[in-house]
Amino acid sequence: MMFAHPTALRQKGVLSMNKRNIDYIARYNARKYYQRVDDKLTTKQLALEHNIAVPELIGIIAEQHQIADIPVIISQQSGFVIKPAKGSGGKGILVITNVDQGRYFKASGDEITGNEIARHVSNILSGLFSLGGKPDVAIIEGLILFDPVFDGYSHEGVPDIRLIVFKGYPIMGMLRLSTHASDGKANLHQGAVGVGLNITNGKGLHAVQFDKPIEHHPDTGKNLIDIQVPDWDQLLHTASMAYEMANMGYLGTDMVLDREKGPLLLELNARPGLAIQIANAQGLLPRLRLIEQLKGPTPPVAQRVDYAKKHFSNYADF
Amino acid sequence: MQTRTPFYALVAALIILGIGASIYRGIEHDVPFVPGEQLKSWSIDAKVSFRAKGEPVEVSFSLPSDPAFEILVENTTSPGYGLSIQDTDQGRRAVWSVREAYGNQQLYYKVTLIPTGLQRNPTEQEAPKVRPVSWPDTEADVAQQVLADAWERSANNLSFANQLMQLISEQNRSQNISLLLSNYSPNSLFIKLLKEQKIPARIVHGLHLEDQRRRQQLEPYVEVFSQGHWHFFDVKRNKQTRPNDLLLWEREDSSVLDVVGGSKSQVNFSMLQESRSALSTAIDMMDPKSFDFSLYQLPLEEQSLFKGILLIPIGVLVVVFLRVIIGIKTSGTFMPVLIALAFIQTSLVTGLVGFLLIVACGLMIRSYLSHLNLLLISRISAVIIVVIGIIGVFTLLSYKFGLSEGLTITFFPMIILAWTIERMSILWEEEGVKEVVVQGGGSLFVATIAYLAMSSVWVQHWVFNFLGMHAVILGLVLLMGQYTGYRLLELKRFKPLAGDKQ
Repeated sequence: MMFAHPTALRQKGVLSMNKRNIDYIARYNARKYYQRVDDKLTTKQLALEHNIAVPELIGIIAEQHQIADIPVIISQQSGFVIKPAKGSGGKGILVITNVDQGRYFKASGDEITGNEIARHVSNILSGLFSLGGKPDVAIIEGLILFDPVFDGYSHEGVPDIRLIVFKGYPIMGMLRLSTHASDGKANLHQGAVGVGLNITNGKGLHAVQFDKPIEHHPDTGKNLIDIQVPDWDQLLHTASMAYEMANMGYLGTDMVLDREKGPLLLELNARPGLAIQIANAQGLLPRLRLIEQLKGPTPPVAQRVDYAKKHFSNYADF
Repeated sequence: MQTRTPFYALVAALIILGIGASIYRGIEHDVPFVPGEQLKSWSIDAKVSFRAKGEPVEVSFSLPSDPAFEILVENTTSPGYGLSIQDTDQGRRAVWSVREAYGNQQLYYKVTLIPTGLQRNPTEQEAPKVRPVSWPDTEADVAQQVLADAWERSANNLSFANQLMQLISEQNRSQNISLLLSNYSPNSLFIKLLKEQKIPARIVHGLHLEDQRRRQQLEPYVEVFSQGHWHFFDVKRNKQTRPNDLLLWEREDSSVLDVVGGSKSQVNFSMLQESRSALSTAIDMMDPKSFDFSLYQLPLEEQSLFKGILLIPIGVLVVVFLRVIIGIKTSGTFMPVLIALAFIQTSLVTGLVGFLLIVACGLMIRSYLSHLNLLLISRISAVIIVVIGIIGVFTLLSYKFGLSEGLTITFFPMIILAWTIERMSILWEEEGVKEVVVQGGGSLFVATIAYLAMSSVWVQHWVFNFLGMHAVILGLVLLMGQYTGYRLLELKRFKPLAGDKQ
């Protein structure tokens, strides 16, 4: 049979798109704070105020005439990332991993000309990648030197860690590994692999690509369940701190592990996707409900992380 | 968690209001629930003719007043005569007058009637007064005997009248009746006997309706009053039921035709059965002066505009349903509705082929434009102009090849097409051909479903003629906005989660 029975999904506590939109996003995420997560520049500034580490900011291109300055801005870099401040779904992110005598190369090895970079930035400014086509700003960031622990797990891209933070509690996590199919991007709908992570210790649980369970990385063949994310406690703390920073009850935090700087907050998402449930082979609803029934003021970050580690240790508990 | 009772009350109110308004419109204004319903109507010509004597002439002619038939149109032809339609104690009458007339005169009255299906006469509060009747000495005793005879065999006024009618119209009637009938016609005898018994009764004049009959006359019948209603009696045929094809022309116990200043007056009827659209009949019957929120009062051009506009809620409903309940991805939220509106003009297959051709050509040209490093606004504008060019070329080509379907391609909304091409092109660059096919196919699928819904004769009939349906649609859209259950495609997506029980 192609379709699951709704009761089977309900028993598993699978959160549906409509329920997420109505009962969680609409209820816990106030409109006025959306700018904090939708504009990556604002997110970055807020993160710095809250002592949350973020990738290095190289430059901002806000006007078309500044495009001419790009070669100067990036002249000292061996690699960089250009992204729209208000982009969604990973759209418009250009990653240059190698600069060689004025020639630019993507992670895949394809060359990108200076003209193409200029056009890309121009597109960003025109609002091609932003919601509703509003004029946007291009951010140039330093390349992340990703931690070698993930060598062999990720193809041509930075693996990032997505944690769902509900009212300040990290409730579910997954590691997103880019693949050849996803063109080095870490978005699951583009073909990246999602590995569900045990909140208690950051160990792999299940893996999924294109919404289908898999065991081995499609490009490298490494067993995905064996994965162990380092710096796990700090990742949980950083994610949990994003709650105070963004003031959003239902939040997706995207982080990367830098070889030198440790966990860096990449971006926040007010509408985190649902595929994380497939990666964890576990519905979000039981965890959401457990947090929802907690009374009293929000405890500090450390307490929240402990609570999450204690209660969300074994996904088969509920 | 706030209570959702007011919300559900609002939705319920909208739906009940909408359905109620629609039912009211159907029943009260006779707007047919079924599209294309035909109605039988009768077109009746009454020709009044008489010989004028060169004096002032006044002709008073009773006009039909029958609850079983509703007047749709009426008009008169009477050259040289002044005309007034009067509501008098004797019912509605047409009064023609002229200062001087000679020779044969002909006046025409033409009426179109719609059967209403109401056979029962309306209730009247007061019983009409009955004037005492007097009998010549020779008849008085006989009449009393007949009355006593019928009285014995009856229980109430109605059955008394029935018995009386049978006594009068029996094949081998009694001597008493025969004696009385030598001086009276059956109808007038019937009425006189009833009045003797203080039962109100009157002569009415009816016309037997039969298609394509000419030179017909009114026939007299009797109505007897009992328990607040007038009841029909056909003494001649000894029947108490009124045939459906009988039109009561004159019911107020007065003459059908009065002519002052003329002689040899007579009236002839000819009739024709016609069938006409029930909808246009209902519109014709509406009182344009009454306060009624109806689009029929608009000029025709605006009406046809609204016919299109009022389809959009249906398209929107389809989109909401397919996105919220089914979970189909589309490129641009309501782009499918606009494409579906274009399909209505072009027909489905032509529309699909045309859409694919334009988008495919547009994508090719757009891929060239993307090398030119243009600002977004100029690029979109360029795509719009190119789309117009493509449409022009296809229209010309199909004209040259004699494909008249191709000419309808101009109905596509060009700005929407340009944005579609732009979005698809970005999608292609960003996420690959697969996503273009998924979203483009999804959009076309939704557009096709929306088109099928919007082009349905039933839907078009209902959304335009029963505006209450839009309240229902609004209610449904609001309701779906609260749907937190799984989308159909999510059941497939999350299938791996349901499978393993641990």
